[in-house]
Amino acid sequence: MAYDKFNVLRSSAVPLPIENVDTDQIIPARFLKATERKGFGDNLFRDWRYNPDNSPKPHFVLNNPIYSGKILVGGKNFGSGSSREHAAWAVYDYGFRCVVSSFFADIFRNNCLNIGVLPVQVSPEFLQQIFEAIEADPETLIEVDLPAQSIQITATGATESFEINGYKKDNMLNGFDDIDYLLNMKEEISSFAAQSPL
Amino acid sequence: MPETLFDKVWDSHVVRHVDNGPDVLFIDRHLVHEVTSPVAFLGLKSRNIPVLYPERTFATADHNTPTRNQHLPVADPLSANQLKALEENAGKHNIPYWGLGHEKNGIVHVIGPENGITLPGATIVCGDSHTSTHGAFGAIAFGIGTSEVEMVLATQCIMQPKPKRMRITINGSLNRAVTPKDVALFIISRLSTSGATGYFVEYAGSVFEAMSMEGRMTVCNLSIEMGARGGMMAPDDKTFSYIKGREFAPTGPDWDRAMEYWKTLYTDSDALFDKELTFEGSEIEPMITYGTNPGMGMGIKESIPLSEAAGSGKATYKKSLDYMDFQEGDSMLGKKVDFVFLGSCTNGRIEDFRAFTALVKGRKKAENVTAWLVPGSHKVESSIREEGLLDILEEAGFELREPGCSACLAMNDDKIPAGKYAVSTSNRNFEGRQGPGARTLLASPLVAAAAAVTGEVTDPRELLQAEVIS
Ligand code: SF4
Repeated sequence: MAYDKFNVLRSSAVPLPIENVDTDQIIPARFLKATERKGFGDNLFRDWRYNPDNSPKPHFVLNNPIYSGKILVGGKNFGSGSSREHAAWAVYDYGFRCVVSSFFADIFRNNCLNIGVLPVQVSPEFLQQIFEAIEADPETLIEVDLPAQSIQITATGATESFEINGYKKDNMLNGFDDIDYLLNMKEEISSFAAQSPL
Repeated sequence: MPETLFDKVWDSHVVRHVDNGPDVLFIDRHLVHEVTSPVAFLGLKSRNIPVLYPERTFATADHNTPTRNQHLPVADPLSANQLKALEENAGKHNIPYWGLGHEKNGIVHVIGPENGITLPGATIVCGDSHTSTHGAFGAIAFGIGTSEVEMVLATQCIMQPKPKRMRITINGSLNRAVTPKDVALFIISRLSTSGATGYFVEYAGSVFEAMSMEGRMTVCNLSIEMGARGGMMAPDDKTFSYIKGREFAPTGPDWDRAMEYWKTLYTDSDALFDKELTFEGSEIEPMITYGTNPGMGMGIKESIPLSEAAGSGKATYKKSLDYMDFQEGDSMLGKKVDFVFLGSCTNGRIEDFRAFTALVKGRKKAENVTAWLVPGSHKVESSIREEGLLDILEEAGFELREPGCSACLAMNDDKIPAGKYAVSTSNRNFEGRQGPGARTLLASPLVAAAAAVTGEVTDPRELLQAEVIS
């Protein structure tokens, strides 16, 4: 599925300074019964966000109106656990286009890249600076520049560069996905399949 | 140049290396289930393309299925709809589909090996992170997201950067009542849930060599819980004799050809790993988790670590203990248990039922415990009956349910109620994993059995005669 192009994103950010946020928290299994990719944002962080009677939990950050924006900033080892792409869909559907953390779980990072959410891995120190900047001013702007591969806290000017492989970067910049690429090499694949021993 | 097992299998599946990008990896076997596939099939539909190699694709219903009355229509309309979607998609694309009640139905990672679909040297993917299970046969197997499911359906390939290599060696032998599950929980407790992120793990050493195929599957299954892309072990005679004669395994001259290839699947003696870890089998005790990720585990007789040890993660650590309603420094022994879950792709195989049954034999289920015993597949269920285990279990006050993922992820009705404690043989103790508010203690089938008969966390060694478990 093709997605929006990503270039430079300048936005306020939502802080979630918790480590090891797993995909069961991002979207609990009971919300995986859909057969279409729709409406997952409503259940993003469902059990942290709502009480069992569906009333919002006032202390959870998504229910706090002073925080908003297209960037989610999470603690170390974000997205561990289940491979459910629904977690990345929920993040996207809620309105985030970028997740920042000091460490990502593998499959979650891949899933994000495949659907147009940019995972930005920063140093633990820089992550701390971001949390502090948001705490000082919830409206502080973070600028994520994909072409330059850099992230800046605009209030302080603090900047760090981040890694992304050239192929994925091109895809994000152009809104392409891997299937487009693979469909273009069909002959190479079928001759490979023909000599595969299994 | 000397190569690792992982390099041999990976490199022989690279169709193309993308400059400054990932490898295009050919996938030999693709396993599909109802939860992570519907949107992938929709993708094919909107691009108007077929499944490229349906004969390399196998579908089963497992995640979202009831474990009672499977002969009746599925009551929950959303679940029923998802099952129907898979049946239709499989039918339309000529993919073999083993739905509810089918003799080959079961949890995707249990039925792959059982039916000879899982083979050494193969690349295997599935939209489920515990696909790493199949690495027990010397395959490269890992979980993928739905976009990637669509990719594999459409092109039989996936685009992946090559992970780094890690080897975990465990020498010596295991103590009494220490099972493969304990070995895995021990490793995760040492590495943490992100300690192997970016790596593909090879398990080596005498402890793994001595393990049964079922035990090896349990270990490889849990590789993902330390963040690894997957885990694998070199195939040996045990592997080959397990596979031989299974329905989808090669036969005749194909078998001989396969064996020739399979015998080359080992790590050369001078091959280099990016990281090596070594432990002694005798260090490992029966394990249990006390927190909300699988890395928060310890020997069953130890006490819950102090939050000081968590360093910068102190707040997260405290949040986790609060959720469990445990105090730092507590002993786990004697904690009351409300539910026991035996099952899942981690511990839902026949060997797990044998271990559980050996311990409860001649005892009675504790009054305060609700026990869910869920076989990993119909074949496991049949073996439980044929080997006479069911009689022993029933005599002890247990009943058997029908196969599926069940309380491992609690998508069906098998949910642990809020605030209740469950000793579970599954793989994740995340907040709410087994139902909103549920509190999960991960452990081996033996620890689960000990809890089931005593109603509290109990060291299984106290209940076992020396001769029962060697
Ligand atoms: S048993 Fe649990 S971990 Fe295994 S496939 Fe099912 S849901 Fe996934």
